[in-house]
Amino acid sequence: MTAVRGATFAPRMPLTASSSTQAWLDGLAVGAGGRDQAIEALHALLLRAARFEVSRRRAGLSHVRGERLEDVANQAADDALVAVLAKLHTFRGASRFTTWAYKFALLEAGVRLRRRAWQEREVVLDSDSWTRLAEPARGGPESHAERAELLHAVSDSIGADLTPHQRQVLVSLAVDGVPIDVLVERLGTTRGALYKTLHDARKKLRAALTERGFDV
Amino acid sequence: MSDERIKRLLGPKAPELLCDECFDKLDEYVDLELRGSAADEAVPGMRPHLEGCPACREEYESLRELAG
Repeated sequence: MTAVRGATFAPRMPLTASSSTQAWLDGLAVGAGGRDQAIEALHALLLRAARFEVSRRRAGLSHVRGERLEDVANQAADDALVAVLAKLHTFRGASRFTTWAYKFALLEAGVRLRRRAWQEREVVLDSDSWTRLAEPARGGPESHAERAELLHAVSDSIGADLTPHQRQVLVSLAVDGVPIDVLVERLGTTRGALYKTLHDARKKLRAALTERGFDV
Repeated sequence: MSDERIKRLLGPKAPELLCDECFDKLDEYVDLELRGSAADEAVPGMRPHLEGCPACREEYESLRELAG
């Protein structure tokens, strides 16, 4: 402990993943002494999370060189740092600070990695794959009459009940398996807006199927 | 009907959060789970959303592992 003009200050410990929420908030407060070091520690925390995400997905990114993946982790940590500092005033303390901060880095890294994994693949925006939904899967069982009937009805409803935009989004995401962040980029929208479209399309399908007597 | 394709097409049956709400509450949900508290009661609609949105699900799984 150091006494300065009657006040007593505890020397600030370096911030780490195991530091308390209050220690992070004190360190990052505007005007706090040592704020630059706290921001540096926050960047290190976010980089750790971004690298964690890269390592989880490495198997699906075998075509991407290691140093490119390290670049992805660094860019994700940089953007997450900006987002965390901009939203710091919204932190409500409903979780630990570190859990709250990690999610920004995981989001930034996840979006980049999904896009990187699909970089070489074509996205057909007006795919007609939904018209073949009820065709039996190659090598699969062909005698599931109930399932086939349901898939026929789903296919009919996709054609009859959805708007062209809802059809495009549902088919890309749920039939063709395009990752949502890839479609977001191709359509110039946001994940939230796209998922809302998917949600509305699914709701319409369910309603149409229920009306036709399916228990879905 | 347990067909994965049908699940992906129809999504969760129960009311769900949307992606922005999921992101807002994901840290709270994960920390509640890690503490053994009733996360699904505290954050209704989260579990169905994680079943319906593969991207949010992946981020949830990573956050749970990283924060655990």
